[in-house]
Amino acid sequence: MNNNSFFQGIKAGTSIAIGYFPVALTFGLLAKTSGLSIIEATAMSMFVYAGAAQYISLTLIAKSVDPILIVLNTFVVNIRHFLMTAALNEKMQSEKRWVKGIYAFGITDESFSVLATQKEDKIRTPFAFGVAFIAYASWVIFTAVGHVIGANLPAFLQAAMSIALYAMFVGLLVPSMRGNRKVVMLALIAAVINGFFYWTDLLSTGWAILVATLASSILVEIIYAKRDRNLPKGA
Amino acid sequence: MGAWYWWMLLGMALVTYIPRAFPLTFLEGKELPSVISGVLRNIPFAVLGALIFPAILYVQAGNLLFGIIGTISAFTLAIISSNVMVVVLGTIAILAGYSLLF
Repeated sequence: MNNNSFFQGIKAGTSIAIGYFPVALTFGLLAKTSGLSIIEATAMSMFVYAGAAQYISLTLIAKSVDPILIVLNTFVVNIRHFLMTAALNEKMQSEKRWVKGIYAFGITDESFSVLATQKEDKIRTPFAFGVAFIAYASWVIFTAVGHVIGANLPAFLQAAMSIALYAMFVGLLVPSMRGNRKVVMLALIAAVINGFFYWTDLLSTGWAILVATLASSILVEIIYAKRDRNLPKGA
Repeated sequence: MGAWYWWMLLGMALVTYIPRAFPLTFLEGKELPSVISGVLRNIPFAVLGALIFPAILYVQAGNLLFGIIGTISAFTLAIISSNVMVVVLGTIAILAGYSLLF
C-alpha cells in the first residue's frame, strides 16, 4: 500500500481528529465562559494551536495574570517540541526549508506520535501535510462549534471520549513494542520517571515529559552501546 | 478583551511555532553524530511512554477506576488489533458503556 500520499496522511491522522473533537469543543465552551468572543477563541486555536497551553491561558486570563507571563508560560509548556521536531527531522524526507516550516506548524504531541511511529524509513512530505491538516481542521472547527453551541456533549460521551488521545498513544505504541525490547524499555523507563515527577510534584507536566523522555532515550542508548561493545565482533 | 489580547496571541503563536519549526528547518540536510541521532531515534517511544503514563489514569478527575478500565481496555485492544482506529473507538465504546451502566 502506498503510505506516502496526502490522503494516507489524512487517514492516519483521523484518530487525532476524533481525539481533538471533545477537547476542542470544551475549549470553545470554556473560552466563551471566560469572556472571549468567538473570533478571539477561534483565532487562538488557529494561530497558537497548542491544547494544553491554550487551556492554561484561559485560567490565567480569568485571573488577570500579566499577558507577558502567559506568553512565557506558553513557551515553557511547549519547549518539549524542540526535542520532538529534532527527532522527527531524522525521519522526514529531505525537503525545502520553507515547506518544512509550513508543516512544522502542525506538529503537536499527537501528530508527532503518529508520524514518528510510521514503519517507513523516511516519511514523505505530503503524508505529513495530510496528518497535520486533518488534526488542525478538527481543532479549529470544533473550537468554533463549542463556542457557538455553548454546551458539551452528553456527560457519558464526554467522559468516554476523554480517553481518545491516550487510547491513540497506546494504539501507536503497543504494535512497536511487539518483539522489540528496546522500545519496551524506552516507554517503561520514561513512564516511570514521568510518574515520579507527577507524584512528587517536582516538575510541571511540560518539563516532566521533556526530562523523562530525554533521560529514558539517553539511558537506553547507553545500555545498548555498552551491550553492543560486550558482544563478540560480528555477533 | 482588548488589544492586549491580540498582542498576547501573537506572542503565544511565536513561542509555540519556534520550537516546532526551528529544529526541522535548521537541521535539514545536516548529518548529526551517530550518538545524537541514536538518542533522537529513541525519542518517539520514550515520549509515548511519558505521554500515556500516568495521565491516562486521571482522564476523569476523582475517578481512578474509570482511568484504570480505560487503560486496560486500550492495551487489550492494542494487543488484539494493530489498527489505531479500532483501539480508539473500541476504548471509547467500552467507557461509554461503563459510564451509562454505573
